[in-house]
Amino acid sequence: MTISIDPQKTNNESLQPKGWLRYFSFSLDHKVIGIQYLVCGFLFYLIGGTLASAIRIELASPMSDFMPRDVYNQVLTLHGTIMIFLWIVPVVNGAFGNYLIPFYVGARDMAFPRLNAVAFWLIPPSGLMLVASYFVEGAAQAGWTAYPPLSITTPQSGQIIWILSVLLLGGSSIFGGINFIATIIKLRRPGLKLMQLPMYCWAMLGTSLLVVLSTPVLAGTLILLSFDIIANTGFFNPVLGGNVVVYQHLFWFYSHPAVYIMVLPAFGLVSEILPVHARKPLFGYTTMVFSIMGIVVLGLVVWAHHMFTSGTPPWMRLFFTIATAFIAVPTGIKFFNWVATLWGGKISINSAMLFSCGFIINFVFGGITGVALAQVPFDIHVHDTYFVVAHFHYIVYGGTVFIIFSSIYHWFPKVTGKMLNEKLGILHFIITFIGFNLCFAPQHWLGLNGMPRRVAEYDPQFQFVNQISSLGALLMAISTIPFLINVFLSVRNGKNAGDNPWNALTPEWLTSSPPPVENWEGEAPLVEEPYGFGKEISEQK
Amino acid sequence: MLNKNFYLILIISLVFAISFWIGFNVNLLPAEASINAPIYDELFKILFIIGLIIFIGMTIAVIYSLFKFRKRNDQIGDGIALEGNLSLEIVWTIIPSIIVLLIGLYSYNIYDRMGGMKELNHNHEMMSSNTEKIWAGISQTSDNEIAINNLSIEVSAMQFAFLFNYPKGNFISGELHVPVDQKVSMKMESKDVIHAFWVPEFRIKQDIIPGQPTILNFTPTKVGKYPIICAELCGPYHGGMRASIIVEEESDYNEWFNKNKKSEVNL
Repeated sequence: MTISIDPQKTNNESLQPKGWLRYFSFSLDHKVIGIQYLVCGFLFYLIGGTLASAIRIELASPMSDFMPRDVYNQVLTLHGTIMIFLWIVPVVNGAFGNYLIPFYVGARDMAFPRLNAVAFWLIPPSGLMLVASYFVEGAAQAGWTAYPPLSITTPQSGQIIWILSVLLLGGSSIFGGINFIATIIKLRRPGLKLMQLPMYCWAMLGTSLLVVLSTPVLAGTLILLSFDIIANTGFFNPVLGGNVVVYQHLFWFYSHPAVYIMVLPAFGLVSEILPVHARKPLFGYTTMVFSIMGIVVLGLVVWAHHMFTSGTPPWMRLFFTIATAFIAVPTGIKFFNWVATLWGGKISINSAMLFSCGFIINFVFGGITGVALAQVPFDIHVHDTYFVVAHFHYIVYGGTVFIIFSSIYHWFPKVTGKMLNEKLGILHFIITFIGFNLCFAPQHWLGLNGMPRRVAEYDPQFQFVNQISSLGALLMAISTIPFLINVFLSVRNGKNAGDNPWNALTPEWLTSSPPPVENWEGEAPLVEEPYGFGKEISEQK
Repeated sequence: MLNKNFYLILIISLVFAISFWIGFNVNLLPAEASINAPIYDELFKILFIIGLIIFIGMTIAVIYSLFKFRKRNDQIGDGIALEGNLSLEIVWTIIPSIIVLLIGLYSYNIYDRMGGMKELNHNHEMMSSNTEKIWAGISQTSDNEIAINNLSIEVSAMQFAFLFNYPKGNFISGELHVPVDQKVSMKMESKDVIHAFWVPEFRIKQDIIPGQPTILNFTPTKVGKYPIICAELCGPYHGGMRASIIVEEESDYNEWFNKNKKSEVNL
């Protein structure tokens, strides 16, 4: 079959709406889709954050007094699900991936623009469905892990809607992953070698491999779980001879790689941001690439470290200890390389740089507790406690969400042609950094001393420390205010950015800001040294 | 140059000194009340000190870079065109690998001393199901084998309570009473959803799984009353699913046991 119309031609001008209406249309433009992902994700972040605030209000006192106990479980389930599947995964993959990858490979769009739009448009309905399930019979209340038999015995409609919603979001994620792999491998501009790609491309290649390899396992598992719920099958139901531990293996086979799906893109983004604002080449490009791929391989064989206190025999506990601890090596290399990138630079202390450095400090902390948690004897005491809650918030909030904000400060001028206000940005950073650490650092102590996670009530001796944590959460909630004011003011009245306000060298800056529909007016530039700071190509600017 | 190296060594030794001081003087853990607890706390201390060294070191490196290499107002242009340093990168691949490997070996040793690598068995002479498959759990160190005083208890968990069955006395209690300094062996099974048995002061935890019995062995070392906490989300009242373990002198325990014991006639 021959297609006479160039699909990218139909995409622009005539048929598609213009101006802000584009963002509400089935646009095939990767830049529009990227922004759709980002804004949609941020709205869900606000919902998830509201739920987090509700949790911290409940935990400000040792009694269960703010909301009914089953509602509390629904809130914590929705909080986890929304933050993972509707905020972090779509934003670090979908939003920045869609916006940046075609620029980085020198293409005019993604490999499959329609699939791309479908992947995005699966998200709003499944997200709304998930939130709306609260009004049916109560939302799912078995935690974001949905362990059977609890997920089989709690009210069914909420759990079924939860499964449907996660299946759709998983589908969206797989479509995105296939698209990224195809774009990075096949759509590179002639002459552009793999080892010349900006680091975010490598991070997205690794992430997309993980998405494509592991998400189908989650989908299959959740379909079996839904059969157990609606058709009374016995895959995971012990009453019918099912095995509950098998579910945990299958679930974590996806959900541990999911951590890397949330974190690797952030590693890529920070590798783009640091060199530009430190005016130095990215340190150790080749080791960075190999460490990303090392994390991808190791990330697939560590899942059972989530099950050290579950039904796992001793040899299995040890194997997963060693495998997990070794992820610290490639991860450590990346952090040393970033600090070496800062070393000897001419660093602009701006919001993007501060959030990136906040990320390094928070993530190193979360990584250290992670290595400790990998040790079976250590984990046995703190598993399923607030120590674990603190650890993974250091990774996904202190790590990835800090990078999302850093990236917004970095690429806002690209998308809008306007600068964000630096004073408000630095204020945003300070409140977020203090609030975050105040909220989560004390939780390590709570876990060590006997407070389990996912509880609405706790021993009164923990009240004071919980109140400190809640105070931190309040600061985190407040920190979104200067950010939102900043974005709204800057979109309207921000300082004009020019095309390349940071004097960056990666290809997305070698066009106008905001970019034209087909990314470059003429041919896509060949960028052989995306981090050539301190060299001739940079001096010319 | 010599001067620079001197400051570097000074800072590194200071980081080490601070980390060791904090590691030895700041106690983040609850009381130690089982033979597992001091072993656990030893591992914790080592990991805590290594973690502090890395965290403080990295934080100083980041903050120092931000101050030292910040762009002054009159500066234009870029930093040095340094793209990598192979020997440095090899160093910071190999040293963390060695540290991680040593931690792994050390935690294997700790786990072994806790009895984790011992074959799981549960010698209930009164139970017929000796051949039953045990799926998981924590065993006990061999040097603590006091076969005669081995107290066997069957734990069943349900929404939202623990029940402790003493087969020798043929009674069920909602409170777990155990004599101090004696090995306790528990076989645990859940009646509905997954629960977990956790005593923070003992540093032990094991899930209680429907359809798959698990084993938990421990030896309490300190008289007192400690909380038993369910650590696996099990429903609305999960936060309230708690019980108490009462560790008492052998004479007190025997008194309690004899008071509750039902005569064999009941059979």
